[in-house]
Amino acid sequence: MRHLLERMPPVATFGPLLALLAACAFFASQTDRFLTGQNFSLILQQVMVVSVMAIGQTLIILTAGIDLSCGMVMALGSIVMTKFAVDLGMNPYLAIAGGLLACIAFGLLNGALITYVRLPPFIVTLGTLNIAFAITQIYSQSQTVSGLPDALLFFGTTFRIGQTAVTYGTLLMLGMYLAAWFLLRETSPGRHIYALGNNPEAARLMGIPAQCLLVSVYTIAALIYGIAALLAVARTGVGDPQAGQTDNLDSITAVVLGGTSLFGGRGTILGTLIGALIVGVFRNGLTLMGVPSVYQILITGILVILAVTTDQLSRRRM
Amino acid sequence: MSTPSSALVMEARGLVKRYGHVTALDGADFELLPGEILAVIGDNGAGKSTLIKALSGALIPDEGEMFLDGKPVKFHTPIDARRQGIETLYQDLALAPAMTIAENLFLGREIHKPGLLGSLLRLLDKKKMNAEAVAHMKDLQIGIGSSTQAVETLSGGQRQGVAVARSAAFARHVVIMDEPTAALGVKESNMVLDLVRRVRDRGLPVILISHNMPHVFEVADRIHIQRLGQRAALVKARDIKMADAVAIMTGAMVAAS
Repeated sequence: MRHLLERMPPVATFGPLLALLAACAFFASQTDRFLTGQNFSLILQQVMVVSVMAIGQTLIILTAGIDLSCGMVMALGSIVMTKFAVDLGMNPYLAIAGGLLACIAFGLLNGALITYVRLPPFIVTLGTLNIAFAITQIYSQSQTVSGLPDALLFFGTTFRIGQTAVTYGTLLMLGMYLAAWFLLRETSPGRHIYALGNNPEAARLMGIPAQCLLVSVYTIAALIYGIAALLAVARTGVGDPQAGQTDNLDSITAVVLGGTSLFGGRGTILGTLIGALIVGVFRNGLTLMGVPSVYQILITGILVILAVTTDQLSRRRM
Repeated sequence: MSTPSSALVMEARGLVKRYGHVTALDGADFELLPGEILAVIGDNGAGKSTLIKALSGALIPDEGEMFLDGKPVKFHTPIDARRQGIETLYQDLALAPAMTIAENLFLGREIHKPGLLGSLLRLLDKKKMNAEAVAHMKDLQIGIGSSTQAVETLSGGQRQGVAVARSAAFARHVVIMDEPTAALGVKESNMVLDLVRRVRDRGLPVILISHNMPHVFEVADRIHIQRLGQRAALVKARDIKMADAVAIMTGAMVAAS
């Protein structure tokens, strides 16, 4: 087994895709309801919020950082945009902008503390996780915000491809993945993110504006959490102060399942999408098979360990 | 004080650098001729690496002057020195292992697509970067045919080759190489020493820092011997025996001039 793994260097690139296809084939053989357009549209909707957040998480992990605050920042963004629109009666687009700005502020705070004060990302984002959670609870008084204007619900509405209803949010998510893929592969700032995670000293010596880049990565990631907040609001139809509490670990799971190294500098954004889909497909398939949800969590845990193990074994020969 | 000589590519006079009570550079002089390989040798604590850091912009000396082509220069960061055409090859290579050879060659100096795509979207011209990387390596006869390989798949000598190609490709004035043969085997060291000569033969003067005396005497045109924060001697490599150079370096002998 080990020998076989060692002979396949790019496991990290095609392994997640194989796992996804194998899972799909397995569930298709177990239940007829799995392999339908409607079910796939549902899976995409279920993974939409976490997989958008996982884009930001990927950018950060590529720089050898981590963001534990993402779910709470997302929840704060969704409370700010819904309360601005409902309680303050603000123009819904301005309310959305307000929510995005609240998220960006946290991204700047994370980025500045990590870059200029040189604190470890794990600790900084553990702190901002709690701060964002508390602000969310205080501002919302732990109350769900409902009665939202249509503009905030747009991404939850659907259009039809043949028989299948697809949400606009799904389209936005796929578009964001395409944009991130393009940024990371084809542009110099994208390659600099890899260089920063690969060898920060080399990046600095070669004149890459490392500090500015790192702050930008945390800020852009936070903007992405803000967009995830808009998607979460549109999907559930309310501003939920309890949202996002496990999204930090769920997004990290997607990134790791997608073959990105937690040590930074290696990985792909499409891997993250596949990682998010693997989790979504397992949850959906097991539900259709009538397996209790606690087993879905068990299997997700096993998958993460497997993903990291194959990744490490395939690299060890280098 | 005499005017700086324009025959010199690089010159430094009376460089002083103190760290608290320790004086790392105590009025050190330095000169580099066009098209030469100048080896800088010295015992540990002689101020060798402090001198090199001052020349490459990695630190700012407390006192003293530096000249490039006879004009005074001041470097605050390595980037300043690079803008003046001084490329430094760092001991730990400063390569990003998971990235390709071409990406490493052009790290921080990427070629972008022409027009708005390049200036606004920062879109890379990968084709051109790969082609130029191959051309640079061919130029220096580094035996790597593909520039899309990840650097971590290369041997130690090949990695050093990539690092040399990068500095030679962008240096307009001077290449500084810090222990380029450290951690390499005999065969790979010879390959790198050949590379150092080829860089010089293309007209670029090379400052070579090394602990390895046989390597120094194999390639250097002149030798700068650093001792106690000063230049103890500057000699032509063929005018001095290895044992004498070591004696000056350790203080067992005082330089004649």
